[in-house]
Amino acid sequence: MYRYTEFDENFLRARNAQFRAQVARRLSGELTEDEFKPLRLMNGLYLQLHAYMLRVAIPYGTLNSAQMRGLARVARQWDKGYGHFTTRQNIQFNWPKLEDVPDILDALAEVGLHAIQTSGNTVRNVTADHFAGAAADEIADPRPVAELIRQWSTDHPEFQFLPRKFKIAVTGSPNDRAVTAAHDIGLRIVARDGEIGYQVLVGGGLGRTPMIGKVLVEFLPETDLLPYIEAIVAVYNLIGRRDNKYKARIKITLHETGLDEIKRLVEEELIARRAAFKGVDQRLLEEIRGHFAPPDFNTGGNSAPTLSPALRAFIDSNVTAHRHTNYAIVTVSMKSHGATPGDATATQMEVLADLAETYGHDELRISHEQNVILPYIPRSALSDLYQRLKAAGLATANIGKISDIIACPGMDYCALATARSIPIAKEIATHFRDIGLEEEIGALKIKISGCINACGHHHVGHIGILGLDRAGVENYQITLGGDHNEAAAIGERAGPGFSADALIPALERLLRAYLTLRDGVDEPFITTYRRVGLDPFKAALYPQEGAQDVAA
Amino acid sequence: MSRDYSKILTANDLRLGDVVYWAADQRWAQAITDAVVFSDIATAEAALATAFAQSDLVVGPYLIDAITTETGPAPAHFREAFRMRGPSNYPHGKQEQAQG
Ligand code: HEM
Ligand code: SF4
Repeated sequence: MYRYTEFDENFLRARNAQFRAQVARRLSGELTEDEFKPLRLMNGLYLQLHAYMLRVAIPYGTLNSAQMRGLARVARQWDKGYGHFTTRQNIQFNWPKLEDVPDILDALAEVGLHAIQTSGNTVRNVTADHFAGAAADEIADPRPVAELIRQWSTDHPEFQFLPRKFKIAVTGSPNDRAVTAAHDIGLRIVARDGEIGYQVLVGGGLGRTPMIGKVLVEFLPETDLLPYIEAIVAVYNLIGRRDNKYKARIKITLHETGLDEIKRLVEEELIARRAAFKGVDQRLLEEIRGHFAPPDFNTGGNSAPTLSPALRAFIDSNVTAHRHTNYAIVTVSMKSHGATPGDATATQMEVLADLAETYGHDELRISHEQNVILPYIPRSALSDLYQRLKAAGLATANIGKISDIIACPGMDYCALATARSIPIAKEIATHFRDIGLEEEIGALKIKISGCINACGHHHVGHIGILGLDRAGVENYQITLGGDHNEAAAIGERAGPGFSADALIPALERLLRAYLTLRDGVDEPFITTYRRVGLDPFKAALYPQEGAQDVAA
Repeated sequence: MSRDYSKILTANDLRLGDVVYWAADQRWAQAITDAVVFSDIATAEAALATAFAQSDLVVGPYLIDAITTETGPAPAHFREAFRMRGPSNYPHGKQEQAQG
């Protein structure tokens, strides 16, 4: 795993000392809010509805047990005993006091974590496949490249004032678990004749104007990767719009300028950028790769435990194939029925840290789906691990099912929200469990956002739910048929929204329709949707309208 | 000017981030029931300007629509009702303080 160098540590220490002084000047009244706001945002500190919120980056979602304990310490000592894992592989603390934030940042720095570039018009926290380095289907570990990009972009002088925020995601597997197509730049590692290269997508994004990224180059040799990314960001920095914040993301630049022209500009820019790098990036990448060497896999036998029905159910839904036959990837659900998706208590974080240390080569991951992954678990330890998860209330066997919902904080916390997301997620999870349909429905991605900014990825949910304010009442719009992986698609709006009370019955009608429409129990919702289209689902959602049409 | 004009001035406390309301005693109060209800734009805007000048006490002041209830002034919109109570997934925020 990547360890901070002395340079990184000094940089962080200096940065925290600087912010501590700025907070002191703010508290003494020397700095006004107008002066302070950009400074606090640069350090991940937002103001939400009820309190400040501190957003801490977890680069490419990778943590060791000491870092997880560091997060637990912040939750317990300075917050209200929990943290919220987000779709950006960050963690948010919802209740820090301004005067405590410098101490929190120092505590985080002790374990090599920080909140830099989690805000502002910069290159944000680089995200990656949460199964990186462990997945059986992986071509190469995407994290060395993600780390290279993190080092290159952190405090990059040319890119501190981009037209808008800039998000990069990397996957090393053809099964895209990093939603690369919904990022400003999406990188997919590909192999061609034994050589590793990158498919580069550009201009993806959700929010107000959702777009799926377009392929800018099918196979970029690794030696050109960083110069090429720098060329893209440089071109965007120059021609991206600064007159209208809603048109400032690179997806709009691409849309207005055209893929071919962007490609021409990038390739022109590449020549100078490549020369300026002089191969330094390649040497750095080699060095970084050393830090991501796979752990010392224990090859002492594959004594699969005898499986109880409960353990079998857990393995079926929460365990993924590992590149090493004696190992398993375990996804720990942070979505027990009725809980807030993505929330973890300090105690849960500590249990997870202990488990990673005891069984899992000291590694943890945070997924964009707001779950925690133990990527290196020997199969022989699965039974013990399961017992300990169960004892800690962390053994919910629902990964990929209807209750494994992505939900943004919505109006329970977020100042930009137009409606709540969390209670909707909780209600869906408990309702479909209570009526006994969760297992029968099977694989399904529901994603909920509390406003058009789409932090909850609703556009790419098989069922997306967008919370809006209709004349002072919460109202929920449903989109169908979105997808978040290599087959990324933006969902179609099904029709008018539903009140909070009408939403759950509407979803039940929709899903009962799916159960009737599907071609056997093995056909998941999204496949049925692609086969039969929107209409039958629309009819299930809006039965009265059909009746009126007939009557008319 | 609408005769229905009814606004409360709110902000977040600089230190704690806590929701606060501008009260009759010219101070920032914790409870919305202590809030002054402005019935004309001029007074409300003047109070808002004062609040901006108090940037050593509060952050992000703004005016919200108010209604009058049996227990006193209350927010008209559900967003402000959440700010007044706290999130719905934990008993945190103002509802926590109310319980002591
Ligand atoms: C106070 C909290 C938050 C604020 C103020 C905020 C603000 C925003 C805004 C303004 C956008 C739209 C950006 C654009 O299109 O230019 C956005 C997008 C996004 N945010 Fe948030 N957000 C917050 C919390 C979160 C959380 C908790 C998550 C993860 C659960 C998140 C993840 C994202 C993602 C994935 C996108 C959308 C995709 C895109 O960048 O195109 N944000 N956010
Ligand atoms: S989608 Fe909207 S409500 Fe949800 S976190 Fe993002 S900005 Fe807030």
